[in-house]
Amino acid sequence: MTITVTMTVNGEERSGTCEERTLLVTFLRETLRLTGTHVGCDTSQCGACVVHVDGDSVKSCTMLAVQAEGRDITTIEGVADGDTLHPIQQAFHENHGLQCGYCTPGMIMSALDLIKHNPDPSEREIREHLEGNLCRCTGYHNIVKSIRAAADKMAAGS
Amino acid sequence: MYAFSFHKPETLEEAKRLFGESDDPRYLSGGHTLLPSMKLRLAAPSDLIELNAIESLKGIALEGDNVVIGAATRHGEVAQSRDVQSVIPALADLAGMIGDFQVRNRGTLGGSIANADPAADYPAAVVGLNATVRTDRREIAADDYFTDLFETALEDGEIVTSVSFPKPVRAAYMKFPNPASRYAIVGVFVAETTTGMRVAVTGAGASVFRVPEMESALAANFAPNAVADILISDDDLNSDIHAANDYRAHLVTVMAKRAVEKALG
Repeated sequence: MTITVTMTVNGEERSGTCEERTLLVTFLRETLRLTGTHVGCDTSQCGACVVHVDGDSVKSCTMLAVQAEGRDITTIEGVADGDTLHPIQQAFHENHGLQCGYCTPGMIMSALDLIKHNPDPSEREIREHLEGNLCRCTGYHNIVKSIRAAADKMAAGS
Repeated sequence: MYAFSFHKPETLEEAKRLFGESDDPRYLSGGHTLLPSMKLRLAAPSDLIELNAIESLKGIALEGDNVVIGAATRHGEVAQSRDVQSVIPALADLAGMIGDFQVRNRGTLGGSIANADPAADYPAAVVGLNATVRTDRREIAADDYFTDLFETALEDGEIVTSVSFPKPVRAAYMKFPNPASRYAIVGVFVAETTTGMRVAVTGAGASVFRVPEMESALAANFAPNAVADILISDDDLNSDIHAANDYRAHLVTVMAKRAVEKALG
């Protein structure tokens, strides 16, 4: 059955039609055309689809769009401030924190949630936090380095 | 995923009414098992009844020496709860080991134990701490709750409302996780409780089970060495691409030993 769902996405109220069985990630990508959120494994393991729901990072392939009704969603498109990259995005750029870039939106959304809870994470804490985000290119070293650099920059800027 | 109707009741009564009126309903909590199962078409309910809007299923409360956790409480909330951390640190520790950060932001206690996955972590704490499962119609003792592979004592349509965990004298959980899914290949919860010693094993068999030999050994001497030479039979243990049954039996001993070490701090 076709239903209409309404949610706040990156600060704007957005509505669209879908089915009850439509996943949140599918709604974001195909209905709202926000294709920055990726589908990797579709089995809640890889983390390419991580978005924030009411401030908490979740895997949008394992949540229905209808469950996001009335909620506040942030996707990778809502992270930068206009043309100015978020410090985490800038740090990934400067530290070569990506190769193919497929996992990067999820990595950044996950890192944002980490730094929100723990503004000064150790390397070990960063690696533990990234358990749910898989990267098949970098071996994680530069991703961890990027997140550590971003934490420093964000602490200095606040 | 096949089509279904979605419902979001705000009271238990409404949830039960919807369940009664539907052809082939399923309750939905965190959705981190049910939705993947539906994608694989292993489950195809006619109606999904989401329980997360029911306020009475949420929250963590202290009742005397018990920590009572609402069924719709997410793993991340349990892991980060100051109350759980101070009264039963082993339980907060276990909750923080479930899946990954994002999974812990969605998955719930009630969903985990209603589903009773053989490799889930929570069953080890429920049985290890001799908890009481509260439902919309009764209370069920931990030892009577988990009955078999994905099977519990719950009746059709019965809803877990909360779980009451008594404060142990000391306890700890150790697991050997599958590196991809973080599910327990073997997890062992060791607890000295006010009603006796308990060793509960998850991941190894069809359902969580206790190890009486280890319990009596620990009752006599609560030390890692007390369980180091106890090897359980691998006859009824799981054997799959992740680990053979004899390896799981070996891991039970190793995880039990490490859990005792951890409980001793």
